[in-house]
Amino acid sequence: MSSHRQIKEGSFHILGGDFANAGEASTSIKRELLEMGVEEDTIRRVSIATFEAEMNIIIYATAGIIRYTITPEEVIIIAEDMGPGIEDIELAMQEGYSTAPDWVREMGWGAGMGLPNMKKNSDVFKIDSVVGEGTRVDMIIKRRRNETEADQ
Amino acid sequence: MRLRQIRELLDAVIVHQAIPEDTDLSWAIATDLMSEVLYYSKDNSLLITGLTRQQAIRTAHIADIRVVVFTKGKEPDFQTLELAKDKGVTLLITPHCTFSACGILYERGMRCCPDE
Ligand SMILES: Nc1ncnc2c1ncn2[C@@H]1O[C@H](COP(=O)(O)OP(=O)(O)O)[C@@H](O)[C@H]1O
Ligand SMILES: [Mg+2]
Repeated sequence: MSSHRQIKEGSFHILGGDFANAGEASTSIKRELLEMGVEEDTIRRVSIATFEAEMNIIIYATAGIIRYTITPEEVIIIAEDMGPGIEDIELAMQEGYSTAPDWVREMGWGAGMGLPNMKKNSDVFKIDSVVGEGTRVDMIIKRRRNETEADQ
Repeated sequence: MRLRQIRELLDAVIVHQAIPEDTDLSWAIATDLMSEVLYYSKDNSLLITGLTRQQAIRTAHIADIRVVVFTKGKEPDFQTLELAKDKGVTLLITPHCTFSACGILYERGMRCCPDE
């Protein structure tokens, strides 16, 4: 897509309720990062943050799109959906808060840690939501090559 | 702790093996909540879970967990087994419940994933 060889981008459409394919988008992005030889720690953080965002679209929204951009410095993930939106974002961000129904919990989701997980694994995390319209999550994961193990 | 030892201690059956039996696993996490796996696990963890579904395999793959143990003897369905094969996740079934499986491995020195 991009003329610059070191930048890769793409997108995936996600269908609400599509549990059979839940995780396919995140897995594809993970595969792409592996093929590009991106460092393991970055791949793990991107995969986890993207997977939680993908699950939220599948669980709560009607449909959505996940876009990714991989550069030598960072990975940008944007998850945008058409759905019910979030009324109280501060509440939704609290660890353990979840409105997931029982049948979702039976599939192992609904611990109320998805948004905290996304935040934990990104260097920049932004969430915007309009009730009745949808939700958008922006995440930037900075690539840390050898040099910055120190800030752990 | 090596995969072989885990299998023996847990009286487990390996239903899909993607890594050698002498592979060393650093630590373990036990939960049925997938977000907890994503939050607390480290790479090269062992996942012990009663959630014997595709979600567990998918989550393990995303979190770089190479070995999953299903507890209480619960057999995976066809899709779950196929996903384990596709993603290269080694899958064991133990007749023990999650509590006992953890106790057995803890007694032999396995520990939970360390905090940050
Ligand atoms: N894309 C979304 N659309 C609508 N509501 C959402 C969305 N993402 C999260 N939420 C709301 O925020 C709550 C917390 O989300 P999260 O931290 O991912 O935990 P969980 O998904 O386990 O409930 C959800 O239970 C839901 O009420
Ligand atoms: Mg969630």
